[in-house]
Amino acid sequence: MTTPATQGAPRAVRSPQAGYRGTKVRRQRVRAAWLFLLPMLVALALVAGWPLLRTFYFSFTDASLSDTAGAAFIGIENYLVFEDGAWYGLLTDPVWWTSVWNTLYFSIVSVSLEVVFGIIVALLLNAEFKGRMLVRAAVLIPWAIPTIVSAKMWAWMLNDQFGIINHLLMAVGIIDSPIAWTASASYSMWAVIMVDVWKTIPFVALLVLAALQMLPKDCYEAAEVDGIHPVRVFFRVTLPLITPALLVAVIFRLLDALRVFDVIYVLTSNSTSTMTMSIYARQQLVEFQDVGYGSAASTMLFLIIALAVVIYLYLGRRQLGVDQ
Amino acid sequence: MNQYQLTKLAKRVGFYALIAVVMVYAIFPFYYAVITSLKPSSELFRVDFWLSTVDFGNYVHIFTQKSFVRAIINSIVISLSVVFIALLLGITASYALGRVRFRGRTTVMLVILGVSMFPQVAVLSGLFEVIRGLGLYNNPAGLILSYTIFTLPFTVWVLTTFMKQLPLELEEAAIMDGATPWVTITKVFLPLMWPAMATTGLLAFIAAWNEFLFALTFTLTDDQRTVPVAIALISGGSQHELPWGPIMAASVTVTVPLVILVMIFQKRIVSGLTAGAVKG
Repeated sequence: MTTPATQGAPRAVRSPQAGYRGTKVRRQRVRAAWLFLLPMLVALALVAGWPLLRTFYFSFTDASLSDTAGAAFIGIENYLVFEDGAWYGLLTDPVWWTSVWNTLYFSIVSVSLEVVFGIIVALLLNAEFKGRMLVRAAVLIPWAIPTIVSAKMWAWMLNDQFGIINHLLMAVGIIDSPIAWTASASYSMWAVIMVDVWKTIPFVALLVLAALQMLPKDCYEAAEVDGIHPVRVFFRVTLPLITPALLVAVIFRLLDALRVFDVIYVLTSNSTSTMTMSIYARQQLVEFQDVGYGSAASTMLFLIIALAVVIYLYLGRRQLGVDQ
Repeated sequence: MNQYQLTKLAKRVGFYALIAVVMVYAIFPFYYAVITSLKPSSELFRVDFWLSTVDFGNYVHIFTQKSFVRAIINSIVISLSVVFIALLLGITASYALGRVRFRGRTTVMLVILGVSMFPQVAVLSGLFEVIRGLGLYNNPAGLILSYTIFTLPFTVWVLTTFMKQLPLELEEAAIMDGATPWVTITKVFLPLMWPAMATTGLLAFIAAWNEFLFALTFTLTDDQRTVPVAIALISGGSQHELPWGPIMAASVTVTVPLVILVMIFQKRIVSGLTAGAVKG
């Protein structure tokens, strides 16, 4: 990606556009291209670019929800301030650090579980058997159900007194007394992870399945002729070949998990034991009406996710096909 | 039966048992919600695995509530508008990105990718200000506008992938005949892009239908809410007395259309998801 000349030269044979370079048609096409992009770029600037800049700005002000226009600039006081012999601000708030830790814990545990189970489901669906289409459709159901609805459905199943899960566990004899899944500090994070894993296994499974179906058959035939154990074939042949698809699935899921909001809001609302960065930021912004402080939390979340994206783009430029 | 046949049989049984476990795991929560929603309130707190009697009382209860019906209408209007806008802006943008080489194309693609990875909460306060400034607070139009942040990047990305796959000869012929880019899009590409547009439209619809954070934050009154917010905010006398029957009835009501869509269009959805993620 240096100059247009080096970029255009090797493509001249295949691409008709290169032949038109500098001609009237070519200029017309490029002008039309920007014209066509304009509405989309304006829309994105209005809903993404400008609001993001405003959020950054608010994080350095004392803005409140009822009066965002009259906000005064207060420097980095929302983040860190030394007052009356003690440090205050977001970076000294233990609840914020709990929510950072919760978010990381949630993301890593749930994405790992999703990947493991996603691969297993994908391997099952990759086998040929009667009713495969039906099973594939059934597996898609959790993905299609709105997060709010799946959280409510699981909240009902996990209900401490009347829930079917406690009922089953007690019938089998694993527990003696009902567990308060969503209310207790020690179980609520697991309840949230359980729901998230249930909902997103299909996504990972489908991506892995798509990768599995593109694998060359001859490797497997060769392995079978040589009598190599299927488990060994999986770790030596299949896994390395599907790694690119797996990395894409992992980064998509990881970015999604880092901003998790819906499922936790419905399942455990504002409880500290499951509070994530998104929940924390929204609570400050909307419930406490403190736009300045909440924006500081949002900005920190954005920076963390941006860091993940930058690392990913840097590592995965080739797979993206952006700059072919 | 010899040893070999036995192991083969055991493997087959094990395989189908695993399939059965996966099926039950995927379907059971939804099945259990359907059962719960069809129980009379007297039997609600007894754990059953199937229905002895069918009672539509919970459904009657939610559909006689004006705010729930209103929320369904809001959700339909918002989701359809979002799909329409995303496809309209997406098809023109994807033509520019998929068919024309120009300086800055890679930058635009990276910006789109970046926006699709935005945490929604990062723009919450800024977007709140924009929406209030435009007078769209507590208004479906505000939600339609804000939903473009996640539907548009994704739509453009997938449509661009499809657009790139169309043969060059088509366009060469159009250029030879002196067609302008706009005519090329509407007369040459649009008819060929219907399958891709159906896929992306479907995914955008599902995303808009399921959205929660913006809908919760940018609406205030019951009559402007969308279904996910309406369900999340159904409450009883206290925290411990949630009306589970009506909640499950409402949940099933908003999920059934999606499940039917998924069943009918599963191939399209799968191809759209993998095009968006594997190639994106």
